[in-house]
Amino acid sequence: MSAFSAIGEERETDRDEFTPGIEPQATWCPGCGDFGVLKALKQAMPMVGKNPDEVALFTGIGCSGKLNSYFESYGFHTIHGRELPVARAAKLANPELEVIAAGGDGDNYGIGGNHFIHTARENHDMVSIVFNNEIFGLTKGQTSPTSPKGHKSKTQPSGSAKSPIRPLSLSLTAGASYVARTAAVNPNQAKEILAEAIEHDGFAHVDFLTQCPTWNKDAKQYVPYTDIQQSDEYDHDVSDRQEAAEIMYETESKLYEGEVLTGRYYVDEDRPSYQEEKSATGEMPDEPLAERYFDEDAEWERTADELLDYHK
Amino acid sequence: MTGQELIWRIAGGSGDGIDSTSQNFAKALMRSGLDVFTHRHYPSRIRGGHTFVEVRASNDDVRSRGDGYNFLLALGDSFARNPQEGAYYGNEEVKPLSENLHDLREGGVIVYDEGLLEEDDIADLNLEERAEENDWHVYPLNLREIAREHGREVMRNTAGVAATAALLGMDTSYFEELIQENMSGDVMEANLKVLDQAYDEVSEMDHDHDLTIPEAEAHDEDQVLLSGSNAIAYGALDEGCRFISGYPMTPWTDVFTIMSQNLPKFGGISEQVEDEIAAASLAIGASHAGVKAMSGSSGGGFALMSEPLGLAEMTETPVVLVEAMRAGPSTGMPTKPEQGDLEHVLYTSQGDSSRVVFAPGNLRECYDQTRKAFEIAYDYQIPAIVVYDQKLQGELRNVDEGFFDREPSGDPGSVLTEEEIAEAAHHESGKFQRFQHEPEDGSNVSPRSVPGQKDGRFLATGNEHNESGHISEDPQNRVFQMDRRLGKLDDIRTDLDENASHQTYHGPEDADHGILVWGSHQDTVFEAVDRLNENGHSVKALGVSDLMPYPVEEVSEWLESVDQALVVEMNATGQFRGLTQKEIGRFGPKLSSLLKYNGNPFEPHEIVEGFESSINGEELAANNMKYVPAAGD
Ligand SMILES: Cc1ncc(C[n+]2csc(CCOP(=O)(O)OP(=O)(O)O)c2C)c(N)n1
Ligand code: SF4
Repeated sequence: MSAFSAIGEERETDRDEFTPGIEPQATWCPGCGDFGVLKALKQAMPMVGKNPDEVALFTGIGCSGKLNSYFESYGFHTIHGRELPVARAAKLANPELEVIAAGGDGDNYGIGGNHFIHTARENHDMVSIVFNNEIFGLTKGQTSPTSPKGHKSKTQPSGSAKSPIRPLSLSLTAGASYVARTAAVNPNQAKEILAEAIEHDGFAHVDFLTQCPTWNKDAKQYVPYTDIQQSDEYDHDVSDRQEAAEIMYETESKLYEGEVLTGRYYVDEDRPSYQEEKSATGEMPDEPLAERYFDEDAEWERTADELLDYHK
Repeated sequence: MTGQELIWRIAGGSGDGIDSTSQNFAKALMRSGLDVFTHRHYPSRIRGGHTFVEVRASNDDVRSRGDGYNFLLALGDSFARNPQEGAYYGNEEVKPLSENLHDLREGGVIVYDEGLLEEDDIADLNLEERAEENDWHVYPLNLREIAREHGREVMRNTAGVAATAALLGMDTSYFEELIQENMSGDVMEANLKVLDQAYDEVSEMDHDHDLTIPEAEAHDEDQVLLSGSNAIAYGALDEGCRFISGYPMTPWTDVFTIMSQNLPKFGGISEQVEDEIAAASLAIGASHAGVKAMSGSSGGGFALMSEPLGLAEMTETPVVLVEAMRAGPSTGMPTKPEQGDLEHVLYTSQGDSSRVVFAPGNLRECYDQTRKAFEIAYDYQIPAIVVYDQKLQGELRNVDEGFFDREPSGDPGSVLTEEEIAEAAHHESGKFQRFQHEPEDGSNVSPRSVPGQKDGRFLATGNEHNESGHISEDPQNRVFQMDRRLGKLDDIRTDLDENASHQTYHGPEDADHGILVWGSHQDTVFEAVDRLNENGHSVKALGVSDLMPYPVEEVSEWLESVDQALVVEMNATGQFRGLTQKEIGRFGPKLSSLLKYNGNPFEPHEIVEGFESSINGEELAANNMKYVPAAGD
């Protein structure tokens, strides 16, 4: 038996398999958009033919980080902003795992912004779901990097002087090969996009608009969203970087004025993933590294045989 | 040191090839059958600036840089020749000569490259007068000219080495061999010619010094010359480490570089990432997925690793971190050693620490303890830190290659196979009980699974969690989990006591006085202890290399057996003395400190002086060290 027999197991799975057998302590408020992400993610799993044991879900800190409590798989609830570096190493260690990272806008556009840029830049083969509720939820409603300019909170009582970050433009510029936005109130689109993002070979950034009814009542999450793929008004070629940049710019400018566009913005099928790049330079083992430690026949070479002559 | 010894100092500007020349010189001496040790001194500047390397060689064991030196090869700082008069560099050509005279021993030999120096500068040094006073033997040689004539100006290093050989009666065949091994084509030919010509020219000159190359026994072909960083990297590779992630910072960069250059050959992965938080996080991610992984940094970078380090403790994810200390606080002195990060390494990160800390005392322990760090980390699911410093990082020593010829191991420690997982306890949620309160084998280690294994699902979280990994603030569970995580330290202590104590005892067992030392200065202290005993004192030393869990019993017994103990360390506040008092909780009145924190490692004679003035109750004469008496004195 392989050490990782769950990986690639061919059987039908069911979204219920991704529900923990016991009810986790309720941590999300009623009406929270995070439930929408959870639902979409559970639905996407059978669509992509994964079982809970081959999925490794890495989360940050915040309400979004509680996703692991509600989702049955291998899980790692890391620290604030750090789920991406932990996740991408797991993928390098065992490229056959389905690696999904999830965090809040605080995690990915704030404290872990550096990791977000570099993970996108390197085009690691994974999905990064960012719960974008335009607020810090878990710490009770402070201004976040996506909060609109002028946003008032207890720590910015006179209104934020900062313009919000442009997450889609940011990840496109950084080098993500799949950039999409969806919303908790668009369940059908959300599951399709997540399934597609999982199957994409490279860094797939999904900016997931989630409402936070507790702290961010003013946010625009309740308005109807326009799906750019469904709308006649937008005849958008997802492989065109320039077009993607323009449409992102447009929607990121208008987000706080009412019109919210969702859908796939940019998909680059040709860009090699980081593993492929690393294989090309000869710095990536052919077999999953993690397998070695379970293989009784694995050869563990001695440094004495290989390296010491140089020192003689 | 009883026998005759050479301590050869080569001085010049950074970037002048001092480092590679000294490495080859040391290797040639090793090949000629001598025991060698190198000490590097360099400024935090890439080109120009005063730098030197010492190579100590003897037929006996050499354990430290020694005291002063007896041969100076001053090459002149070629980068000091600044076209812009009066600009930042100033005029420093003479520095390699002028700055190196104070530690030269009586009867010593000086060779300087007159080809680079102005006569006026030399006149300012009063060299003749000083040479007479100290019985120095001075040989101004135009090394630059010789190099130019037979090759190129940059080959003045080779000319200098040839001059050394001619003056000391050394066989140049070892240098020839090294030139042939390391170079090719015209460059090789030119260097051989420079070597040959310079040797001939200098041999024909009159000599009036006694210093010669120490007589050597036949060369033992199994000797290898390497640094503490080499030994750490090779220890990691031999213990099955196949993943490293890092961000450059001196002196950690050394291990990172050696690993990055070798890992792909061993089928492993190296990642240079965006910062140290990421570096430690990647190592944790790789380990979580089932790979033996390491990361590391130096002071400031290690500070950034504080949070992921705590995550590894809380999630019981094995990982090995290396902390290569340099002088702090903050960026401190980037190229100077210090042992000032001890408390940082022991206690950084929130909450009660559950980590293992090893501080190798020499090259061999660098290898052994790195292997042990992996073994412990993966058996006990705990982060292990190997802390060393710039001194051990840079110094080259020879060791028998047989020392490295151990069984390699890829043992993943306490990970279960799928068959074992099928038998293991599962929570009603379907999750595997990764964090059992009372593991079945009675130990504090609850076995783990790896993503991708069938039915091994669990949640790892930096929050407090219950047996299956779900977040929990249940008070009873909290106490169970804390006690189990911390309990591992007691188990590890017992394990180390029984199998791999890394403490080193030196000197007569029944000595009255003790010197307690940790980390890279152990061998220097041992050398000083031998000298003190020759001087009629009664002294022994204990070198401590396991820091957490602390070897309470061993150190207590030893402290019991001495009247007084001087704790020698390279920091300003006596951190190891503090640790010893905290861990053992007594002996405060027995412990005094000899401290040095000026960026230069202790020389053996300084420890001799420090010890003597401490027992005579005198003020320390040397102003580069500090004596702190025992509490209650
Ligand atoms: C280093 C660090 N700083 C601060 C915190 C406190 N903290 C916890 S969650 C959070 C904000 C989370 O906001 P976001 O990522 O947007 O997630 P949300 O709760 O909105 O889902 C902060 C600041 C922390 N846990 N760690
Ligand atoms: S605080 Fe906001 S984001 Fe957090 S659970 Fe409640 S509604 Fe959701």
